[in-house]
This record gives sequence, C-alpha cells and structure tokens, in this order.
Amino acid sequence: MKINKKFDYFVILEKITPLIAVIFALLVGAIVIMLIGEDPVFVYKTLFSNAIGNRDGWGNVLFRATPLIFTGLTVAFAFRCGLFNIGGEGQMYIGTFLATWVGFTFTNLPAFILIPLCILTAAAGGALWAAVPGILKAKTGVHEVIVTIMMNWIAASLTFFLVLKFKAPPTEAMIEAGVKQMIPHTSEIAQAARLPRLYSIFKFLNIDFPAYNQVNVSFFIAIGVAILAYYILWKTNLGYEIRAVGYSPLAAEYGGISVAKNIILAMVISGAFAGLVGTNEIMGFKYRWRQELFTGLGFNGIAVALLGKNHPLGVVLAAILFGILNYGGAIVNIYTAGRIPRELIMVLQAVIVIFVVISDEVVKRLIRQRRKIL
Amino acid sequence: MFGDIFNAQFVASSIRVAIPLALAGLGGVFSERSGVINIGLEGMILSGAFAAVAVTNFTQNPWAGVLGAILVGILLGLIHAITCITFKANQIVSGVAINLFSSGITVFFSWLLFGETQIMVKSNLPIWGLPLPDIGEGSTFVRNIIVMFAHHSPLVYLTIVIFILAHLIIYKTPFGLRLRSVGEYPQAADTMGVNIIKMRYIAVMTSGALAGLAGSFLSLEQAHFFVKEMSGGRGFIALAAMIFGKWTPLGTAGAALLFGFGEALAMRLQGVLAIPVQFIHMVPYLLAIFVLVSAIGRATPMAAVGIPYEKEIG
Repeated sequence: MKINKKFDYFVILEKITPLIAVIFALLVGAIVIMLIGEDPVFVYKTLFSNAIGNRDGWGNVLFRATPLIFTGLTVAFAFRCGLFNIGGEGQMYIGTFLATWVGFTFTNLPAFILIPLCILTAAAGGALWAAVPGILKAKTGVHEVIVTIMMNWIAASLTFFLVLKFKAPPTEAMIEAGVKQMIPHTSEIAQAARLPRLYSIFKFLNIDFPAYNQVNVSFFIAIGVAILAYYILWKTNLGYEIRAVGYSPLAAEYGGISVAKNIILAMVISGAFAGLVGTNEIMGFKYRWRQELFTGLGFNGIAVALLGKNHPLGVVLAAILFGILNYGGAIVNIYTAGRIPRELIMVLQAVIVIFVVISDEVVKRLIRQRRKIL
Repeated sequence: MFGDIFNAQFVASSIRVAIPLALAGLGGVFSERSGVINIGLEGMILSGAFAAVAVTNFTQNPWAGVLGAILVGILLGLIHAITCITFKANQIVSGVAINLFSSGITVFFSWLLFGETQIMVKSNLPIWGLPLPDIGEGSTFVRNIIVMFAHHSPLVYLTIVIFILAHLIIYKTPFGLRLRSVGEYPQAADTMGVNIIKMRYIAVMTSGALAGLAGSFLSLEQAHFFVKEMSGGRGFIALAAMIFGKWTPLGTAGAALLFGFGEALAMRLQGVLAIPVQFIHMVPYLLAIFVLVSAIGRATPMAAVGIPYEKEIG
C-alpha cells in the first residue's frame, strides 16, 4: 500500500509540472535581477500588483492573453493529433491579412454582416495556410514541422507583397510633411468591421473602466474557441478520431479511422484558430495591417500549449499567465527606467518552456520506473 | 543592364550572403546526421552575432569576437544537447525555446551593456587576399577574378576550409561513419560500441559552434553592427539549404550559394524587374518544400532524426 501512495504522488506531480517550471523560472529571474543589482522582491511585487492588482491591469493582461489563447489552441489542437504545428505565425499572417482586406474593401456592409464575414475570413485564411502542410503530411509523409516553418516565411513575404499592393494612400499630414510610410500598412478597416472594446460594455453596466484600455470582445471569441476546441476534441466523433490518430496512427487505421483525413482536418482546424488572432489584432486593436516581421505570437503559442498541457483550459490559464508576465514586464521596465529590460520576460518564458519539457520527461520516467517495480 | 547586374561584384556579394547560410546549414547537417533536429540555429546565429559585436567592442579585437561567438554557439548547443539528449525532451520545443531565449537575451544585454539595441562594430577584421588593382590598371579579367575569389574577409576562406574538412570528416573518417550510423540506426551503432550520447553531444555542440560563427560573420562582416532580431530567418533558410543539399556538406554549400545568389539578385533587382522581390525571397522555402515532396530526387531525412535514444526497448 505504501508504494501505491507514492505512485499517486508522482501522478499528481506529473499534473503540476507547469507550476514547478513557472516557480523555477521565477527563481532564475530573481537571480538575474539580483545580479543586475536590483531587488527581486520589489520587481516581482511591481510586476504582479500592476498586472492583476486593478481592473486596468487585468484588462491589459487579458488583451495580451487573447492572441496567445488562439495560438496556444493552434498548437494544442494539432498536438492532440500527434502533429507539431509551428506554423501558427504564418497561418496568423494569412488569416489576419485577409480579414483586414475584407474589412477595408467591403466598407458598405452593415456590422452584423461585416463582423462575422471578417471573422470567418480570418479563420478561413489560417485554415487554408495550414491545409498545405496537412495535405503534404497526409499524402507524402513529409514532416509537418519543416513545411510549417517554410510556410511561415512564405507567408511573411506574401503579406509583404500584398501590403505594398494595398498600401494606404498617404494622409494629408504625411503629404504636408513630405514623409512616406515607415512601416508599410493598409487603410483602416470600416467602422462596421470593428469589434467593440470591453470599455463600452462596462460603461453600459456602469462599471468604472478606463476608456483607453485595449481589451476587446475578441477575448470572448477566444474563450468561445477554447470551449469549441474542448467540445470538438472530447464530445464529437471527429475529436475522438483525431485523438485516436494522435495516440497511435496504426491502431487508429486498424480501427477504421482514416489517418490522412484526420491529419488534414486537425491541421485545418488548428490553422483556423491561428487565423482568428486577427480578431484581436486588427478588428479590436490596430484596425489596419502593418507589416512587421514576426510578432512571436505563433511561437509563443507553443510555449502556452506546453504550459497548458495541450488542454484548452490549461491553454487559457497559461495564456493569461503570459499576459501577466508580458504586461507586468513592460510596467517594470518603465518603473525601473529601463534598468530591468522587458526582454527579461522573454528569457523567463524560454526558461519556463525548457523546464516544463525537462520536468515532464523526468516525471514520466519516474512513473515508468515505478510501474516496472510494481 | 545585364552586365550591370551580373558582374564580379555580384558574384562576390553572392558569396558573402551565402556564408552565414552555408555555415549554419552545415551546423544543421552535423546535428541532424547524428539524429538531433536543430530548429535553434536561428537563435544561435542571433546570439553569435551579438556576442561577436559585444566581445569585439570590449576587447577591440574582432578575432576575439569571432571566438566569443563560437563559444556562445557551443554553449547554446550544450543547452540543446542537455535538454534533448540527456533529458530526452522534445527537440523541436527545445529549439523553439533557444530561439525565444536568444531573442530575449540579446536585446536584454544590448540594453544593459550598451544602452541601445543597435550597436556599431568598433573594430573590423582585415581583408585577406591579393591587393585590388585600380580600375583600368592591368587586365579587367584578373581584377574580376580577384574581386570574386581573392579579396575577402578571412572568414570566407575559413568557411571554405571548414566545408572541405566537414566533407572529409563525414565521409572519410571512422568518426564520420559513426556519426552517420548514429542518426540512421542508433541501436546498431550502439551494438558496435559507438557511444551514442557522446556522438550526439559532439554533433550538436559543433552545430552550435558553426551557427555562432555564422552569426559573427553576419554582424562583423556583413552588417558591421548588431541590431535586434538581425538573424532575420537565416537559421531557417539554413535549414532549407540543408534539406535542399540533402544533408551533405557540399550539397548544403551549393544550396547556400544558390540562395545567396537569389538574395543578392533580389537586392539588385529591387524596382528593376517586374517580379516583386518578395517572390524571390520565397524561393528557398518553396524549393525546400519541393524537394521534400517531389517524386524524383526526393530528399529523405535520417531515419532516427528527432527520436531520443533509448538503450532498452520496451
């Protein structure tokens, strides 16, 4: 009986490896902060109290968490089918650009048509871009990692080409000053294509909330998509098939499940999630496409999915944690007048990722050893 | 117009653009030949580029900068090796983490050490080779040959030596045979007494060293400064070159030259040609996908790539 109890202990340990990794990473961060000669307690207090100590902070955190929920779900969903979709970045680019294009082209449509149209376009663009590695994997067996990486860069070049094609005309102020666009960008999307900020809802409910806060309705779309991902994976036949292929393609095939079909479908759905990043970045925030080289959102999605154990709920929580770190890090940067650069947070996120995968493997090995003894 | 574009200068600049791609691609060859995927090349190049500039500016010696870049590359390679060989964690995840880490740590240190994110190089490497005759003096042919092949940074010649050595090591030495066997069928290699773990550590750290060297060339020789995210996807183009070169050193060099040629062409054709440069930028990535899926001359990765080695099965 004693051994059994210890066995349970390890299974619990396996569930909380992300927590261990986060604590460990924060400790590493504390050491780095001390080496710079700052006070880690003060830094972390500033970070957390500003990020989650008030409504404005929470708004900023959720605003930063929203795209990470989408890209985290992208990675997690594909992973359930045994696929490593690291092409979230490219899928996001294509979906987002297409949604922007719809937003500034069909300007005379009413909001109740234009908003759903933009959202669907964003999802479709991402799905389309993810379908390519899916089909290639299913038909020729080429590893999806390589293809998705290459597709990321193709997407970056393609959107660069498109943004130059649909460049916004210079504004009067720009003509007067004789300047050109520094970063190429498109025209703004129609008013009817924009998602309301949460501020307008809070105002309606008479809750005090700053008007400049960028958190918008896209956050609810992200939560909705997380629920949808959960529903598809665990409550539908499709989800069962996708997970079966993820566990063992051979067994799934033997059980009459088409591996090829499910690989393609899993990639397509996964890519659609990535495309939806556009709802936050464009429809809720910038209102136009600006050509910037990778935002890192797609790659951070990998970290979020890992930390969230590839479960939609875990993904949402992990994305919020990253939101806290990102926003809090920016605040700390300001508070310490740049003595703690905000890039420290990126380093911590990388450390979290390494620790999660290492502790996962170590615990898995311990459990396996214990099973052998039993 | 044709002569304006395809001249000796153009060949020379193609070679210069190709160097970091070739070096990092060769790093990929070593790593994947041993069975370890290295997505972290991009981050290793970036960290190498930063280390090269930082060390150069502190010591006023660019050679120390090159050495620093190589050491930083080896260190990141070591992290990758510990994570995926010793702890058997997912190699893709580890590589992605190294890229994320490098993006963060380089800017972090730029702020801390220099107070800005663009750092100029204070001391340059010499140019080796024959002195360049003035235009009109002597024959144009000789001048062109010198411009193309004998008037470069020492790192260019070093790269050529490295490639010849790499080819010999991988195909003509017992070490190379072991390296290849470890990536194809580690169980068999293990039976023959090859130390799988040691081989993979050596390969991944070599890979880091080469990517670091690639980074030093990028910042010290190509740009003469460091700026955040300056690797700009070269690590991934290097992976494409590795695939297009079918995991061989010479093939990778050829692919890197081809991509360098394309890049140099894209730079010159900006605004001249009807094809937008963005489409030229896509070519390496499209080619990599193409050779992976094409029916004829298909590139097949190593059999054991991406799989951690387990001594006992079951």
